[in-house]
Amino acid sequence: MTPLLPKRMIEVEIDGTPVRVFEGQTLLDACRKVGVDTPTLCYGDTLEPKNACRVCVVEVEGARVLAPSCSRKAEAGMKVRTDSDRVRHSRRMVMELLTSSVDLSTTPDAAGYAERYDARPDRYGPAAAPNPDRDRLRAGHHVEPDGDTAATVASALKDDNELYVRDYGKCILCYKCVDACGSQHQNTFAISIAGRGFDARISTEHAIELPESACVYCGNCIQVCPTGALMFRSEHEHRAAGTWDEAAQTVTKTICPYCGVGCNVELHVQHNEIVKVTSPADHDVTRGNLCIKGRFGFQHVQRR
Amino acid sequence: MFGAGGGTSSYEEIEHTDVVLLWGSNARNAHPIFFHHLLKGVHNGARLYVVDPRRTESAAWADGWLGLDVGSDVALSHTMAREIIAAGLHNETFVRRATSGFDEYRAHVEPFTLEEGERITGVPAAMIREAAHAFAKADRAMICWTLGITEHHNGVDNVLSLINLGLLCGHVGRYGSGLNPLRGQNNVQGGGDMGAIPNKLSGFQDIESDHEARGRFEAAWDTTIRPTHGWHLTQMFHAMETGELRTLYVIGENPAQSEADINRTRRLLADLDFMVVQDLFLTRTAELADVVLPGSASWCETEGTVTNSERRVQRVRKALDPPGDARDDMWILAEIARRLGHDWGHPTSEQVWDELRSLSPMHAGMRYDRLEALGGIQWPCPDEHHPGSPILHERLWLDPVEGMLAPFSPTVDQRPFEALDDTYPIRLTTGRRLESYNTGAQTGRYSSPLHRGESLDLSPEDATSLGVVDGEVVRVSSRRGAVEAPVRVDEALRAGLAFMTFHFPDEVDVNQLTIDATDPRSGTAEFKACAIRVDRINVLAATGD
Repeated sequence: MTPLLPKRMIEVEIDGTPVRVFEGQTLLDACRKVGVDTPTLCYGDTLEPKNACRVCVVEVEGARVLAPSCSRKAEAGMKVRTDSDRVRHSRRMVMELLTSSVDLSTTPDAAGYAERYDARPDRYGPAAAPNPDRDRLRAGHHVEPDGDTAATVASALKDDNELYVRDYGKCILCYKCVDACGSQHQNTFAISIAGRGFDARISTEHAIELPESACVYCGNCIQVCPTGALMFRSEHEHRAAGTWDEAAQTVTKTICPYCGVGCNVELHVQHNEIVKVTSPADHDVTRGNLCIKGRFGFQHVQRR
Repeated sequence: MFGAGGGTSSYEEIEHTDVVLLWGSNARNAHPIFFHHLLKGVHNGARLYVVDPRRTESAAWADGWLGLDVGSDVALSHTMAREIIAAGLHNETFVRRATSGFDEYRAHVEPFTLEEGERITGVPAAMIREAAHAFAKADRAMICWTLGITEHHNGVDNVLSLINLGLLCGHVGRYGSGLNPLRGQNNVQGGGDMGAIPNKLSGFQDIESDHEARGRFEAAWDTTIRPTHGWHLTQMFHAMETGELRTLYVIGENPAQSEADINRTRRLLADLDFMVVQDLFLTRTAELADVVLPGSASWCETEGTVTNSERRVQRVRKALDPPGDARDDMWILAEIARRLGHDWGHPTSEQVWDELRSLSPMHAGMRYDRLEALGGIQWPCPDEHHPGSPILHERLWLDPVEGMLAPFSPTVDQRPFEALDDTYPIRLTTGRRLESYNTGAQTGRYSSPLHRGESLDLSPEDATSLGVVDGEVVRVSSRRGAVEAPVRVDEALRAGLAFMTFHFPDEVDVNQLTIDATDPRSGTAEFKACAIRVDRINVLAATGD
């Protein structure tokens, strides 16, 4: 396989508007090309689409079920509706179920989606008390909900190392961190899914603390996390202190100072202090990834 | 390679190659994001062979591990070549059309049978044969190497012997086939490209033999350039010893902790008449200086460019103001020039770069806005419509071949400079860890769960025969110095081989042990091989209990 093979163009119809995309592109690509604003939560540029959150579903004429636009490949002649009652209803339910069970306070766009689709999560009742044993729940031992309160994924903040914190009460279980840690990027396999159904959660083996696990602190899981469940310690502390101010931040793209690979880093700077490091998804060298040095090894310019 | 010092491939190609020889490189830890690309290749079906005395984290991903004795790389390469030729697997057409010196090369490697190779290198003959056949039979194959190849007193021969292997099988100059040194620092490639080496002007233009190029620099700078090679680092230290070099200006380097045989280095630095150090920190080297100039972090406090291991020139940008009285390095240099009577003004980094582009043909097309728009450009890029060069030496596949033929180079099989004996019976090799970097001037300033101090990593066999246990502090001695360090038993090491880093020189000064036997051509010291002894001193490391 050599790069830059020619690709066929195919035509699909989005809400009645014809649009041509490359063979292999998705319905989401087609929607974006005609300017249809399609909500996404678990979709990320650097990973295979996970189809987990289902908020991007669209209606394909002739298909029995709704299709996740982030992964469904466009086929010639497809007629797609993105704002039908069925689509709106489905997106509304996704936002209601997520909003009622997950803390989406640091998920960009979540509140906007909920409003756009008139989600009313309160109709599931008040939040149930957090289950303190959530990390130890095993498949087949699920406790039935009482029907009056809304079960949640709330769990204690995991604060066990100097570099990043994990707040799985904010996790929508899109599994992107597992993919990034696993065979798609980092190949470290420090985390996976534990439990089944509503009890499923991201976990190290036997829920051991990160310093005891295989984690190498590349932070590539933080990079792909769409909800802020995984967060730089610096961002977490600024938010806790009420001093996190994205409007005051600059983002500067530069090159990591360490080895000769030449990874692109984006320095998020607030008041002359690096508060977060990301990596551009669209650069061929890094594809959104870094190692521990590139992600966290910036303290030597932070002693002001 | 064949005149231009740079890797021949792009990272992306390794995702679509068939066989990778990773030689003297623990890229999993030392070049982690390159290893991401390599693992995509492995997941796509490429076979990986790792050549390393240690069974490293990289070797854990390999189809085959060639655990050779330290410093037997040339012998291993010769043995593979001999086996490939004997089996009729070399690329006869490529060798005939695009190379020179094959007959001499074949005669030279002829004595290195599989049995002889096993005897010299310690790698089982069957393993050598498997790797050789896989490499030779592959449609596409790459050799990637790092300091395990170059940090030897015969490092240049090591590199040339790998290039010979690539030429033998036609694995260079094509998509997915190439010869790639992975650079250890974010601009070691760019430093050479810019002419910060003793024998070349910017763009690898020879200062002695390329009169036309030298003339262009003289015209641009309105000065005369002496047509003689300068000194490389090792020659500088030699010149300090003989008294020829009395003044030193050190920018962003910490030789008082990074050089081999560090006691000698410190003595020579301390004896200088005058030394200026320009750095972010008051390093051990800066402590020895007469003048210290606080510079700025070249990756986030200034503007400029760096060049990576796939020859990609990329822009670095200012994100932070430097602290206190620290100044941009270019500002400092221009001010020193002014006070020496040469007013350069204070050019922007882009103006400096544009001058470079006017003098270095391989950079000519790399306007700043193009570097920005294209996410960096790989040299050579001779004009402003050129997209850059993902692959080098494609000319070797043209009909007829363009330019000079690629020569097989004669290389000599040698052992490490310092042999083992009864007094110093253990081979020490040094290297890097994932979370730390060189002397730790930067990585010593953040903490992580991966950070742990220096240790003497020993094989389980040696730990048993010495009667030492994990965590026990021992004395490690070579002919040049001695340090104390806690033992860490590591099953990745074979009997007789020990490993240390040099990331924590303030606590354990490992380069007191290393030897400054250097390759006369590259000037690189043999950090990878010295002889040590280990003695018990009956101390347990502090555990914090």
